[in-house]
Amino acid sequence: MKTLLDQAQLQITLHRLAHQLVESHLDFSDSVIIGMQPRGILFSDRIVALLQQITGNAKIAYGRLDITFYRDDLDKGGALQTPAQTDINFSVEDKRVILIDDVLHTGRTIRAAMDALLDFGRPKEVELMALIDRRFSRELPIQPDYVGLSVDTLFEQKVKVYWKEKEANDEVVLVD
Amino acid sequence: MSLSVKHLLGIKELQQQDIETIFKTADNFKQVLQRPIKKVPALRDTTIANIFFENSTRTRTSFELAEKRLGADVVNFSASASSVSKGETLIDTVNNILAMKVDMVVMRHAASGAPWFLAQHIDASIINAGDGVNEHPTQGLLDAFSMREKFGDLSGKTVAIVGDIMHSRVAMSNIYCLQKLGAKVIVSGPPTLIPKHIESMGVSVEYSVKKALQQCDIANILRIQLERQQKPLFSSLREYALFYGVNKQMLDSLNKEILILHPGPINRGVEIDSDVADGKHSVILDQVENGVAIRMAVVYLLSGNREMPE
Repeated sequence: MKTLLDQAQLQITLHRLAHQLVESHLDFSDSVIIGMQPRGILFSDRIVALLQQITGNAKIAYGRLDITFYRDDLDKGGALQTPAQTDINFSVEDKRVILIDDVLHTGRTIRAAMDALLDFGRPKEVELMALIDRRFSRELPIQPDYVGLSVDTLFEQKVKVYWKEKEANDEVVLVD
Repeated sequence: MSLSVKHLLGIKELQQQDIETIFKTADNFKQVLQRPIKKVPALRDTTIANIFFENSTRTRTSFELAEKRLGADVVNFSASASSVSKGETLIDTVNNILAMKVDMVVMRHAASGAPWFLAQHIDASIINAGDGVNEHPTQGLLDAFSMREKFGDLSGKTVAIVGDIMHSRVAMSNIYCLQKLGAKVIVSGPPTLIPKHIESMGVSVEYSVKKALQQCDIANILRIQLERQQKPLFSSLREYALFYGVNKQMLDSLNKEILILHPGPINRGVEIDSDVADGKHSVILDQVENGVAIRMAVVYLLSGNREMPE
């Protein structure tokens, strides 16, 4: 097991990502943030809290998206996953959407998320933020716009992102 | 997350955990149904046959909508237009449909136990959409789901099932489902319409509808199924309405508020008066809405059990 980001490094990365978002979205009047269930929302919760601090805008549109019913491996005999809450109580029509997930791996989750998102309307643009980008494991042509850390991993390895809200402390590790 | 069963034949065979899983999944689908695009592609590679050997509009429409909103392909088959009238057996009929690569069968049949019989002979998952006077599991589930939506946990609550218990598969599925969720069940209606020894199912019997309503938190009022009654079991509909019909005056005299359900189709003025059916405590239309979400959940969860080609 190898630590990719410890608590202090993670903190710096979160701040950098939040500032990058502010740089291109300014006051977020035209932008919405959508965190990916189940684990991506722990990351997006932090980002949104930072954005509120930085911009002073407490009303940034923020939703959570569950993609269970949009998966493409339902017919591959895999066990059904327990769906989590989808909670998007605003229109994404003509908005600049920022999808946020913790780990970007094959790209299939994001493919499903884009399908799900389009069922809520036609956004003006969709951007992707990933805390960890496992850049050589992609199976679909999907690239992130904002990256916390790019790592080169073997397919069998696992990247685990821990948050102190759920686990003992903030940490990103690579497990063999 | 999946069910302990391969088919949904009856609620009798479900575990409490299965019912909770179905409800939790239905909560998610109910959310999907409130979106501008009320559809997900989860079952886009699945074909489902709705085989109805008995008339139905509501249940069949509800199943069909549920299947289509999951992205499945749907074929409908009804007995009147089929070769059943030419003398084909049930297994042959279903096998012919399955030979066209259908993955799942939703069946309603006039004979109690027909889906169990079929389950022994075919590989596809079967959902019972009502078999004779035995069970109608998705109705039982959606009734309990609608009650839970208003009351939260049903354990410790008392539910009265009023009316034609004898001919009602809805009553059977309700009793099994509510008891598994920890609720107490009272059945009420004329003695001729309440099966003998029904107490052995753990329900209590109260022949006076008013007394039953006084003891309950929720009343599920069932239709008088004249089409299933081969001999007269009460003298007239007017008499039934007078002694066993639920009206506003009766509800007002209770000094408490109870939730009113009815699985439909309603005989207005017979088992239930219009001012009760359309009143503020009635969740009859919520039941119909929840029906689609519950059926989506059942179809989705059973599709996970499909055997995959190598």
